[in-house]
Amino acid sequence: MAEIFMFLYSGGLELLCDSKKIHNVNVEQQNGEDKLIMKDLLSWVRTNLIKERPEMFMKGDTVRPGVLVLVNDCDWELSGQLSTTLEDKDVVVFISTLHGG
Amino acid sequence: MSEIRESDNVCRIMAELQSLKEAKSTIDNKISLLEAELRDLQNDAANNNELSPQMIYRYSRHLLLPNFGVLGQQNLLNSSILVVGAGGLGSPALLYLAACGVGRLGIVDHDIVELNNMHRQIIHTETYIGKPKVKSAASACRSVNSSIRVVEHQEALRTSNALEIFSKYDIIVDATDNAPTRYMISDCCVVLGKPLVSGAALGLEGQLTVYNYNGGPCYRCLFPTPPPTTACQRCADSGVLGVVPGIIGCLQALEAIKIAASVGEPLSGRMLLFDALSARIRIVKIRGRSLQCEACGENSKFTQQQFREFDYENFTQTPLSVSPLKLNLLPSESRISSKEYNEIILKKEPHVLVDVRPAHHFKIVSLPKSLNIPLSTLEARLPEILSALKKEEEDNRGVVSGSSAQLYVVCRRGNDSQRAVQSLQKLGFTYAKDIVGGLESWAHNVDPNFPTY
Repeated sequence: MAEIFMFLYSGGLELLCDSKKIHNVNVEQQNGEDKLIMKDLLSWVRTNLIKERPEMFMKGDTVRPGVLVLVNDCDWELSGQLSTTLEDKDVVVFISTLHGG
Repeated sequence: MSEIRESDNVCRIMAELQSLKEAKSTIDNKISLLEAELRDLQNDAANNNELSPQMIYRYSRHLLLPNFGVLGQQNLLNSSILVVGAGGLGSPALLYLAACGVGRLGIVDHDIVELNNMHRQIIHTETYIGKPKVKSAASACRSVNSSIRVVEHQEALRTSNALEIFSKYDIIVDATDNAPTRYMISDCCVVLGKPLVSGAALGLEGQLTVYNYNGGPCYRCLFPTPPPTTACQRCADSGVLGVVPGIIGCLQALEAIKIAASVGEPLSGRMLLFDALSARIRIVKIRGRSLQCEACGENSKFTQQQFREFDYENFTQTPLSVSPLKLNLLPSESRISSKEYNEIILKKEPHVLVDVRPAHHFKIVSLPKSLNIPLSTLEARLPEILSALKKEEEDNRGVVSGSSAQLYVVCRRGNDSQRAVQSLQKLGFTYAKDIVGGLESWAHNVDPNFPTY
């Protein structure tokens, strides 16, 4: 079990999750693994947090195109995407890219 | 009699004011053009690498900065920057870039200034409403700094003209408002090897980063696949607090100045996220250049020719022009025009009008006696429609014989109303019809005093 701080940034991602931008969540690792990874967090988010239009947040078991994911302020591309290991008190930020001006 | 005379006078004074204002802006424009021409001639005569006494005085506060100084200012004066879009982001960016002494400043835009731009596009003044944004922005830049060269590109950016325009500048600033243009600008910068200062704003949030700079990522490295069109919101639909693009536009000017002057650390490989409502600014580390990137990757052979032929509208499933979507989901027998609806009101035919816009839109303006049931709540609130229909029939019993109450649906532009009629028809209201073109059509064709937004 780990406590994760989640921030939802830009483009109305928070509207899918109870209109809250900041979430403190407690997530269990899946399949008896001892490490919690991003994949676990996303499937937890999908089951427990997203109230409507999941396709605006996710595609398959990952985020939809146009959403950046940051673990402790660092692009998850640099830490292994879905297999990024999460630890207690880690901060995960989801950013939906904006196009307006 | 006196009332008529008064209104005549008001009209005459307004017309005279308008023509005087126009004459004044034409003269002002001419003065600043001539002044710029004169400075150009004087500058060409002087040694280009030395600051003239006037320049030393004008830019003295820059020259006093130890980290910027004469070299930074000379670099700026010798640089050229192109701002694509003279809107909410471009307005402050252009004003600061003109003021700080960028040698040559280009502006691309094909829009005209509208009243509903004024709350955020602070470079434009009311006298320019109805005139091209490029003209308005260029004149404002010249009146701030007549010693720089301002170049007007009054055209829509397309793959057919982007290479030619971009190649004349050192740095590109993306101050546009849609996904296909953002991909096009990034790709063009990759093909030509130009750094790109990219900003975006919507609602109460903004984003900023520098692409294609010193081995850093491009837009496609971050977003190889375009987002679904439903995730691309526009300021015209979702709204935007005027100062938010203002802040991001100022930061874009800052990043462009840093690159042009070769000072500091540009925001490359990092992204700034601004949340106005909670007063939070976050700067995050983003990925570097992707080796697999289709535009700038190791094995990419994205050429100028391929750029010219690339279909950005198809790639993003979004039109390059900002004209709003016009759906056509219903057969004509399930639709009526705003004029026909007006006839129904005049003939007092029994009916219920459901307005399916979100509640905060409904509060701006609505038609009398319309019932607000936002599209997202339509199914759950069917009983309300049923009881409204029943009440309308009871109220009209004896007045109009035999006919049952009709059901009409309206929205802002006539897209959501069609979606609503589709669901209503599936739920048994086969007689439901929508008003073509929504409230905008009502304002255009029936009641010119009805507010549009």
